[in-house]
Amino acid sequence: MNPIAEIVVSVLIVIGGSFALIGSWGLVRLPSLMTRLHGPTKATTLGVGSCLIASMIYFPAAGGSFSAHELLITLFLFVSAPISANMIAKAHLHRQGWSIDPNPEDAIKGALPDTGGPTGWATFWKPRDEPDE
Amino acid sequence: MIGLALQFGFACIAAAAMLNMWRLLAGPSRGDRILALDTLTINAIALIVLFGIHETSATYFEAALLLAMVGFVGTVAYCRFLLRGDIVE
Repeated sequence: MNPIAEIVVSVLIVIGGSFALIGSWGLVRLPSLMTRLHGPTKATTLGVGSCLIASMIYFPAAGGSFSAHELLITLFLFVSAPISANMIAKAHLHRQGWSIDPNPEDAIKGALPDTGGPTGWATFWKPRDEPDE
Repeated sequence: MIGLALQFGFACIAAAAMLNMWRLLAGPSRGDRILALDTLTINAIALIVLFGIHETSATYFEAALLLAMVGFVGTVAYCRFLLRGDIVE
Protein backbone atom coordinates (compact mmCIF):
# COMPACT_ATOMS: atom_id res chain seq x y z
CA MET A 1 0.00 0.00 0.00
CA ASN A 2 1.15 3.50 -0.85
CA PRO A 3 2.86 5.01 2.24
CA ILE A 4 1.36 8.45 1.60
CA ALA A 5 -2.15 6.99 1.50
CA GLU A 6 -1.34 5.08 4.69
CA ILE A 7 -0.29 8.28 6.47
CA VAL A 8 -3.37 10.17 5.24
CA VAL A 9 -5.73 7.38 6.33
CA SER A 10 -4.09 7.11 9.77
CA VAL A 11 -4.25 10.87 10.35
CA LEU A 12 -7.91 10.98 9.30
CA ILE A 13 -8.79 8.09 11.63
CA VAL A 14 -7.01 9.78 14.57
CA ILE A 15 -8.74 13.10 13.83
CA GLY A 16 -12.12 11.38 13.53
CA GLY A 17 -11.74 9.49 16.82
CA SER A 18 -10.60 12.63 18.63
CA PHE A 19 -13.52 14.69 17.32
CA ALA A 20 -16.04 11.99 18.28
CA LEU A 21 -14.56 11.89 21.79
CA ILE A 22 -14.60 15.70 22.10
CA GLY A 23 -18.24 15.84 20.98
CA SER A 24 -19.32 13.27 23.54
CA TRP A 25 -17.23 14.98 26.23
CA GLY A 26 -19.15 18.17 25.42
CA LEU A 27 -22.40 16.22 25.78
CA VAL A 28 -21.39 15.31 29.33
CA ARG A 29 -19.62 18.50 30.33
CA LEU A 30 -21.85 21.37 29.16
CA PRO A 31 -24.43 22.76 31.59
CA SER A 32 -27.79 22.74 29.76
CA LEU A 33 -29.51 21.00 26.87
CA MET A 34 -29.32 24.01 24.55
CA THR A 35 -25.53 24.13 24.95
CA ARG A 36 -25.23 20.35 24.95
CA LEU A 37 -26.78 20.23 21.49
CA HIS A 38 -23.61 21.82 20.08
CA GLY A 39 -21.19 19.01 20.95
CA PRO A 40 -22.79 16.02 19.21
CA THR A 41 -24.28 17.90 16.28
CA LYS A 42 -21.03 19.56 15.23
CA ALA A 43 -18.00 17.74 16.60
CA THR A 44 -19.31 14.17 16.43
CA THR A 45 -20.70 14.59 12.92
CA LEU A 46 -17.36 15.97 11.79
CA GLY A 47 -15.56 13.03 13.44
CA VAL A 48 -17.75 10.45 11.69
CA GLY A 49 -17.27 12.32 8.40
CA SER A 50 -13.51 12.11 8.90
CA CYS A 51 -13.69 8.33 9.55
CA LEU A 52 -15.81 7.88 6.41
CA ILE A 53 -13.36 9.88 4.27
CA ALA A 54 -10.54 7.71 5.70
CA SER A 55 -12.36 4.56 4.59
CA MET A 56 -13.10 6.15 1.21
CA ILE A 57 -9.35 6.63 0.70
CA TYR A 58 -8.38 3.29 2.26
CA PHE A 59 -10.37 0.89 0.08
CA PRO A 60 -9.13 2.04 -3.37
CA ALA A 61 -5.57 2.33 -1.97
CA ALA A 62 -5.72 -1.22 -0.57
CA GLY A 63 -6.57 -2.61 -4.00
CA GLY A 64 -10.34 -2.62 -3.75
CA SER A 65 -12.70 -0.66 -5.90
CA PHE A 66 -14.06 2.79 -5.16
CA SER A 67 -17.58 2.75 -3.73
CA ALA A 68 -20.03 5.56 -3.19
CA HIS A 69 -21.41 4.05 0.03
CA GLU A 70 -19.25 6.19 2.30
CA LEU A 71 -20.20 9.33 0.41
CA LEU A 72 -23.88 8.38 0.81
CA ILE A 73 -23.50 7.87 4.57
CA THR A 74 -21.60 11.18 4.93
CA LEU A 75 -24.21 13.06 2.93
CA PHE A 76 -27.06 11.51 4.88
CA LEU A 77 -25.45 12.26 8.26
CA PHE A 78 -24.61 15.84 7.33
CA VAL A 79 -28.17 16.43 6.15
CA SER A 80 -29.90 14.70 9.06
CA ALA A 81 -27.82 16.02 12.01
CA PRO A 82 -29.12 19.64 11.89
CA ILE A 83 -32.70 18.43 11.41
CA SER A 84 -32.60 16.15 14.44
CA ALA A 85 -30.91 18.90 16.51
CA ASN A 86 -33.67 21.30 15.50
CA MET A 87 -36.33 18.75 16.43
CA ILE A 88 -34.74 18.17 19.85
CA ALA A 89 -34.47 21.93 20.50
CA LYS A 90 -38.10 22.37 19.50
CA ALA A 91 -39.32 19.59 21.77
CA HIS A 92 -37.20 21.01 24.59
CA LEU A 93 -38.57 24.55 24.14
CA HIS A 94 -42.09 23.26 24.05
CA ARG A 95 -41.80 21.12 27.16
CA GLN A 96 -39.95 23.90 28.96
CA GLY A 97 -42.83 26.22 28.14
CA TRP A 98 -45.17 23.94 30.01
CA SER A 99 -42.77 23.55 32.96
CA ILE A 100 -42.86 19.78 32.58
CA ASP A 101 -39.11 19.47 32.15
CA PRO A 102 -37.56 22.31 34.13
CA ASN A 103 -33.94 22.95 33.27
CA PRO A 104 -32.95 26.14 35.10
CA GLU A 105 -29.59 26.39 33.34
CA ASP A 106 -31.40 27.58 30.20
CA ALA A 107 -32.95 30.45 32.22
CA ILE A 108 -36.40 29.76 30.79
CA LYS A 109 -38.77 29.41 33.70
CA GLY A 110 -42.48 28.84 33.42
CA ALA A 111 -44.13 29.72 30.13
CA LEU A 112 -42.07 30.88 27.16
CA PRO A 113 -41.55 34.67 27.02
CA ASP A 114 -43.25 36.72 24.33
CA THR A 115 -41.44 36.64 20.99
CA GLY A 116 -42.12 40.35 20.36
CA GLY A 117 -43.00 39.65 16.72
CA PRO A 118 -46.21 38.93 14.83
CA THR A 119 -45.77 35.16 15.12
CA GLY A 120 -45.44 32.95 18.15
CA TRP A 121 -42.81 30.34 18.95
CA ALA A 122 -42.31 27.66 16.32
CA THR A 123 -43.65 24.85 18.45
CA PHE A 124 -46.92 23.17 17.65
CA TRP A 125 -49.10 26.07 18.77
CA LYS A 126 -51.13 27.82 16.12
CA PRO A 127 -50.16 31.28 14.83
CA ARG A 128 -51.76 33.93 17.02
CA ASP A 129 -54.08 35.42 14.42
CA GLU A 130 -55.83 32.10 13.76
CA PRO A 131 -59.00 31.91 15.81
CA ASP A 132 -59.56 28.85 17.97
CA GLU A 133 -62.01 26.38 16.53
CA MET B 1 0.58 2.42 11.17
CA ILE B 2 -3.08 2.11 10.23
CA GLY B 3 -3.37 -0.59 12.88
CA LEU B 4 -2.16 1.81 15.58
CA ALA B 5 -4.45 4.58 14.34
CA LEU B 6 -7.36 2.13 14.33
CA GLN B 7 -6.64 1.12 17.93
CA PHE B 8 -6.63 4.78 18.92
CA GLY B 9 -9.89 5.37 17.04
CA PHE B 10 -11.56 2.33 18.63
CA ALA B 11 -10.50 3.51 22.10
CA CYS B 12 -11.73 7.07 21.49
CA ILE B 13 -15.12 5.98 20.17
CA ALA B 14 -15.57 3.43 22.94
CA ALA B 15 -14.88 6.18 25.51
CA ALA B 16 -17.30 8.47 23.65
CA ALA B 17 -19.98 5.76 23.79
CA MET B 18 -19.42 5.41 27.54
CA LEU B 19 -19.89 9.16 28.00
CA ASN B 20 -23.09 8.98 25.92
CA MET B 21 -24.37 6.14 28.08
CA TRP B 22 -23.75 8.26 31.16
CA ARG B 23 -25.76 11.12 29.69
CA LEU B 24 -28.47 8.66 28.64
CA LEU B 25 -28.80 7.41 32.21
CA ALA B 26 -28.28 10.71 34.05
CA GLY B 27 -29.62 13.33 31.62
CA PRO B 28 -32.10 15.44 33.58
CA SER B 29 -34.61 16.05 30.76
CA ARG B 30 -36.10 13.88 28.06
CA GLY B 31 -34.37 15.95 25.38
CA ASP B 32 -31.01 15.01 26.88
CA ARG B 33 -31.85 11.33 26.60
CA ILE B 34 -32.95 11.68 22.97
CA LEU B 35 -29.75 13.57 22.17
CA ALA B 36 -27.66 10.91 23.91
CA LEU B 37 -29.36 8.13 21.92
CA ASP B 38 -28.78 10.05 18.67
CA THR B 39 -25.10 10.51 19.47
CA LEU B 40 -24.81 6.86 20.45
CA THR B 41 -26.12 5.88 17.01
CA ILE B 42 -23.62 8.17 15.27
CA ASN B 43 -20.78 6.70 17.36
CA ALA B 44 -21.96 3.20 16.44
CA ILE B 45 -21.75 4.19 12.76
CA ALA B 46 -18.18 5.40 13.26
CA LEU B 47 -17.32 2.15 15.06
CA ILE B 48 -18.78 0.05 12.21
CA VAL B 49 -16.85 2.05 9.60
CA LEU B 50 -13.58 1.66 11.54
CA PHE B 51 -14.25 -2.08 11.90
CA GLY B 52 -14.79 -2.26 8.14
CA ILE B 53 -11.34 -0.71 7.64
CA HIS B 54 -9.89 -3.14 10.20
CA GLU B 55 -11.32 -6.17 8.39
CA THR B 56 -10.73 -4.66 4.90
CA SER B 57 -14.24 -5.70 3.97
CA ALA B 58 -16.94 -3.58 2.33
CA THR B 59 -19.84 -5.60 3.74
CA TYR B 60 -20.21 -3.33 6.75
CA PHE B 61 -21.26 -0.20 4.85
CA GLU B 62 -24.81 -1.40 4.36
CA ALA B 63 -25.11 -1.79 8.12
CA ALA B 64 -23.72 1.72 8.67
CA LEU B 65 -26.09 3.21 6.09
CA LEU B 66 -29.09 1.43 7.61
CA LEU B 67 -28.09 2.55 11.10
CA ALA B 68 -27.78 6.17 9.90
CA MET B 69 -31.30 6.10 8.45
CA VAL B 70 -32.95 4.24 11.33
CA GLY B 71 -31.21 6.44 13.89
CA PHE B 72 -32.46 9.62 12.22
CA VAL B 73 -36.01 8.31 11.89
CA GLY B 74 -35.92 7.19 15.53
CA THR B 75 -34.78 10.61 16.75
CA VAL B 76 -37.47 12.38 14.76
CA ALA B 77 -40.10 9.94 16.03
CA TYR B 78 -39.07 10.52 19.66
CA CYS B 79 -39.27 14.29 19.17
CA ARG B 80 -42.65 14.03 17.46
CA PHE B 81 -43.86 11.95 20.37
CA LEU B 82 -42.70 14.60 22.85
CA LEU B 83 -44.25 17.41 20.81
CA ARG B 84 -47.56 15.84 19.86
CA GLY B 85 -48.05 12.80 22.04
CA ASP B 86 -48.44 10.83 18.83
CA ILE B 87 -46.12 9.79 16.00
CA VAL B 88 -48.35 9.09 13.02
CA GLU B 89 -51.42 11.28 12.89
